[in-house]
Amino acid sequence: MSDISYEVIVGLEIHVQLCTKTKMFCSCELSFGQEANARVCPVCLGLPGALPVMNRQAVEYAMLAAMALNCEVSPFTKWDRKSYYYPDLPKNYQISQYDLPLGSHGYIEIPLEDGQTKRVRILRVHLEEDAGKNLHTAGNFSQVDLNRAGTPLLEIVTEPDMNSPSQVRALAVELQRIVRYLGVSEGDMQKGHMRFEPNINLAIKRPDGEFRTPIAEVKNLNSFRALERSIAYEVQRQLDEFLETGVTLQMGNKSTRGWNDVDEVTVLQREKEEAHDYRYFPDPDLVPVTTTPQWLEEIRSRLCELPLARQTRYVTEYGLSDYDAGVLTAERPTADFFERALAAGGEPKRVCNLLTQVGLKMAREEGVDLAALGLEPAGVADLAKMADAGTVSATAANTILESMVATGKAPTALAQELNLIQTSDAGELEGIVDQVLAENVQAVQDVVTGSKKSKKARGFLLGQVIQKTKGQANPKVVSEILDRKLK
Amino acid sequence: MSEQIDAEQVRKVAKLARLQLSDSEIEEFTGQLGAILGYVEKMNELDTEGVEPLAHCLPISNVFRADEVEPSLGTDRALANAPERDGPFFKVPKILDDNSAA
Repeated sequence: MSDISYEVIVGLEIHVQLCTKTKMFCSCELSFGQEANARVCPVCLGLPGALPVMNRQAVEYAMLAAMALNCEVSPFTKWDRKSYYYPDLPKNYQISQYDLPLGSHGYIEIPLEDGQTKRVRILRVHLEEDAGKNLHTAGNFSQVDLNRAGTPLLEIVTEPDMNSPSQVRALAVELQRIVRYLGVSEGDMQKGHMRFEPNINLAIKRPDGEFRTPIAEVKNLNSFRALERSIAYEVQRQLDEFLETGVTLQMGNKSTRGWNDVDEVTVLQREKEEAHDYRYFPDPDLVPVTTTPQWLEEIRSRLCELPLARQTRYVTEYGLSDYDAGVLTAERPTADFFERALAAGGEPKRVCNLLTQVGLKMAREEGVDLAALGLEPAGVADLAKMADAGTVSATAANTILESMVATGKAPTALAQELNLIQTSDAGELEGIVDQVLAENVQAVQDVVTGSKKSKKARGFLLGQVIQKTKGQANPKVVSEILDRKLK
Repeated sequence: MSEQIDAEQVRKVAKLARLQLSDSEIEEFTGQLGAILGYVEKMNELDTEGVEPLAHCLPISNVFRADEVEPSLGTDRALANAPERDGPFFKVPKILDDNSAA
């Protein structure tokens, strides 16, 4: 084994459900959890004579996503029929894009574990309609629900530029963040809004030569975990298979595999040589899409700073940790709120702490966005300023923020109401310190002689002062006074 | 495509279209399809040098609808013409080897 090395090669195909109100080619509402076949019409049922009409919003969402993925958006695209014989698509073809995809030659930047980023090339981005659902649990027949048939899907195909299961996961997570930022998909994994199909093989080096294992495509993965684990499984399986049989990549020996989530193994579905012949041809029912520079410019103006760029900027510009920057930029409303609080004069680290330690926690508990908690960015900025000025302690600031959410009141009013204003008045505190020192002669002795107990005794004295002021003394100011008096 | 279509190709096309044809039908359709292809072959006589491929026969593009919901049929009307139903579902022969979900 020691004289063998290998590289993992993975390309990914991703289907992303767009968050339009209606289907791709008809006006049926997109559905989740409705009664079966409640949201269908002659178009998505494939009834004779029914004609599809493009949803402009879906096309524009797809263009926006293609631009965010740094693709060239084609000035001319058309629709093709992909022949497909399963009852979940009753027309017996899927409307897709074959030789003229809407976007091509792009790339996506993904974060790596070592803090670097990696550029993964995007081969193509195109629009198509989803199929319905076949259910096989009922007995000696299958059930068909066509509610999902015709839902707009964005298909994104990467080049085989990823070299580990974790890189593939990073790309999937980054893509989810991007489509949510753009507002083109909810990217909800539980609702099947993102489905992944990795193509995996190995480049093996041995003293007797270099080999490629046959490519395996794993179908229909719908969680990041399944995506990562299925690739890890395939790597081991292909390595074992190569060592045992010596089989290498040839024309026609690509295979399709399914993921068994319970046993965590991939299972052979079919060899590609008997793969379906899709017989693509242009759909005569739909006219092409042509773009003008003005239209593209208008769509481009809707692009925003993408999450990874924003995260990096938070680290370099605001000095936040990569972790905090990641938390703040995970959802666009959170990052937008953060920046509005900074614009209102809040210090970045202080605002970050308030939002990550209290704001996001409360938002999670309420099941809403941070921006939907009813907080004003200016109020958070004011609170941050109070904490920075020492008017309230960091702990008190967190308490005040909680009350701001609960009552909608301003931080200054709440600080007074809750009696949380710190005393930083050195004159006032000096008297209290003198009093404490007089009452605790032994502790003072311990500090001054620099005995083993010195540190502990100093802490005790500080605590006594805080206690005497009912927690309202600014510890920093008290500490300074103590230092001065106990020299 | 100057080669004549043979019975094997007809068999393959029939399989792809989920059609079950008898041997005599295969023979019949091989002749018919051959005649049609021969006829279409005539187009190869045209000089198409410098002519853009045509994606659609109408000289229009960008026919869109707004993303606005219209009422759907609803389950009962959707299933009204189905040969068989099972509750709110279309009922179809058991699908073995389901590699669907495009």
